[in-house]
Amino acid sequence: MDILFKVLIDPFLQMGAMPDLFVQTIWDGFVTGVLYALIALGFVLIFKASGVFNFAQGIMVVFAGLTLVGLYEMGLPAPLAVLVTLGVMFVLAVAIERVVLRPLVNQPDIILFMATFGITYFLIGLGELIFGGNPKQMITDQLFLPRGAIEVKMLGGFVQFQKIDIAAAVIAVVMIVALAVFFQKTRIGRALRAVADSHKAALSVGISLNQIWVIVWFTAGIVALVTGIMWGARSDVSFGLQVIALKALPVLILGGFTSVPGAIVGGLIIGIGEKLGEFYWGPLVGGGIESWLAYCIALGFLLFRPQGLFGDKIIERI
Amino acid sequence: MSKRLTVLGLAASILASSLMMAAPEAVAQESVYVPLFTYRTGPFAGSGIPIADGMHDYLQMLNERDGGIGGVKIALDECETGYDTKKGLECYDAVKPKNPVMVNPWSTGISLSLIPKASVDKIPVLSMAYGLSASARGDIFPWVFNPPATYWDGLAMIIRYLGTESGGLDKLKGKKIGYLYFDGGFGKEPIPLFEQMAKDMGFELKLYPVPPGEMQNQSSQWLSVRRDRPDFMVMYGWGAMNPTAVKEAVKINYPMDKFVSIWWPGENDVNGTEGAKGFKMLNWHGIGTDYPALKDIQKLVVDKGLSKSPKEKVGELLYNRGVYNAVLIAEGIAQAQKITGKKVVDGSDVRRGLENITLDEARFKAIGLPAFAGNLQLTCKDHNGHRSAFIQQWDGAKWVKITDFIEPMPEKVKPALDEAAREYGEKNAGWPKRSEACDKS
Repeated sequence: MDILFKVLIDPFLQMGAMPDLFVQTIWDGFVTGVLYALIALGFVLIFKASGVFNFAQGIMVVFAGLTLVGLYEMGLPAPLAVLVTLGVMFVLAVAIERVVLRPLVNQPDIILFMATFGITYFLIGLGELIFGGNPKQMITDQLFLPRGAIEVKMLGGFVQFQKIDIAAAVIAVVMIVALAVFFQKTRIGRALRAVADSHKAALSVGISLNQIWVIVWFTAGIVALVTGIMWGARSDVSFGLQVIALKALPVLILGGFTSVPGAIVGGLIIGIGEKLGEFYWGPLVGGGIESWLAYCIALGFLLFRPQGLFGDKIIERI
Repeated sequence: MSKRLTVLGLAASILASSLMMAAPEAVAQESVYVPLFTYRTGPFAGSGIPIADGMHDYLQMLNERDGGIGGVKIALDECETGYDTKKGLECYDAVKPKNPVMVNPWSTGISLSLIPKASVDKIPVLSMAYGLSASARGDIFPWVFNPPATYWDGLAMIIRYLGTESGGLDKLKGKKIGYLYFDGGFGKEPIPLFEQMAKDMGFELKLYPVPPGEMQNQSSQWLSVRRDRPDFMVMYGWGAMNPTAVKEAVKINYPMDKFVSIWWPGENDVNGTEGAKGFKMLNWHGIGTDYPALKDIQKLVVDKGLSKSPKEKVGELLYNRGVYNAVLIAEGIAQAQKITGKKVVDGSDVRRGLENITLDEARFKAIGLPAFAGNLQLTCKDHNGHRSAFIQQWDGAKWVKITDFIEPMPEKVKPALDEAAREYGEKNAGWPKRSEACDKS
């Protein structure tokens, strides 16, 4: 009975007893979820356009962040460092299209998936070769990102909103809206959706697959840079960040591999879910449950919607 | 065509395998082979790089200045483990055929895996201030060394310090102490002693594990800290975990002077973090380059381009930790040469050498590190020394020593160590009784 009380009743009593901490947990989960969503967005973009699950998205986040800080340390002013980093991500997109994707066109998906493993290890090596393995401090001030916190007294306590977290949420929302407009309203966006639907049909109407792939990998690179800046500002830019990027997996399972709204909603559900789980239920099992709880949440959803919340239902004739 | 492909494949695999294990600086006839397990890559590189540099540069300096140790060159070699136990074991298998005089795993996980191998392969394991605390018992673990203090000693010193801060150890009764730890072998190591102390001294222990994948995502743990409001926070962290923990503590306004860490953070973990001022940690050795040996490193290694370390990083806390580790390596070899009368010693000789290390004031002065650290005496029975350490505090720009050396609590630690050593023997059926003779020191 005691265990049932601890699992089913006590956490909710705690939420009621310390509502400010409940709000704080939700906010922390929201911000984490937004950042997960950003990482997941990079995966979705590439999966939509090429059907490739890009395992390298995590290291792209690290690589973009390291390049930015590295260029700044080499003496470039921060805004110029951002531009040059974008240039590097573009060159990377072109190189991936030329060296990896183009030769493997028409190969089974699993081959392309394995190729992204290769890209991952190549970028790890290249990053360490150029910038070293030491973690780097994100150039938060130089990028005009805010520091400090806003403390709001509420519900008999206080809730702390870190300014960098607010900025992360705002930037993520702007980015998502921009991507939605790009996909829905522009010629390239429509071409990209056509490629996502059918490579052959897209080719037949004159859409260049190669061009689309470069654009989509470059867009994923931009998303990676933004994610790298935001995560880096919260901790450091280090190779440890690529592990966090794997948190996008349950987000994708939940939201569907092909849905931009799915990545966002999935990110928020995972982010808030794991924080609530760790905070209220974690102590019952000694804590540290965050790393696997996200997968449990995703699997729970899969029982009811195997294609994810927003994913396309796959119907195959047999 | 297929023959050509086979030849090409063969050539590629030979090239790849030779690249995977970079050749040591020629394991010459007149040399002792010292492999260093390091991690310059991955999430733990922030801690691993300065330590690797410190170890390498001191030993390289001995090669440059003295022609090695006792007239024998040190054949240095690095193997990248990424702090991954699996890769560490691969490194071990790769270096074993080259007759290393000892291995330095630089990971508690790797150390634990190597303990059973050490006595079989006759290769001493030097896990300096990490690894299995119980391996301090030389009579049970003759091939494992973990000086100058175990993780349990470290915890005992921190608790003693917290007691002093509270007005006496008895004043800890009723207090709440939080333990933020890396949820792996290293962080879990002191928990049994911590729990025992909580029981004995009447304080409440709150555990906050940080899974390896969440080192840079600790907001949940610190939200729990905010809820539980511990009187003190103790941390056993490594790699990317340390700077994130400091940042998160600042975020929730946790008083930094109540936040005490074991000896693993470095300057990089606190430097640049607004609000990190006041953060405390244990340490047992000097910082900076104001020692003749460090000056020699700068002159003979760094200035000559033989080091991977940037010049300004020489003398930093974790760099000097690497130097201390290298001193133990060098002293173990030197003692082995002295005991056996041989110039080129092997693992068995160096095991004896390590058991006879005496680092007193005079010896530290002689090796160019005057007053660098407290005295250390290892013996056949005691492979650790259980030496004291002091607390240092971050003043916003540098570490400042704020206490004298704090004694660990042998009355608490020793029985726990004995019990753990006994349990280890029981769990590993057939654990051999020590057959190696003790040298008279």
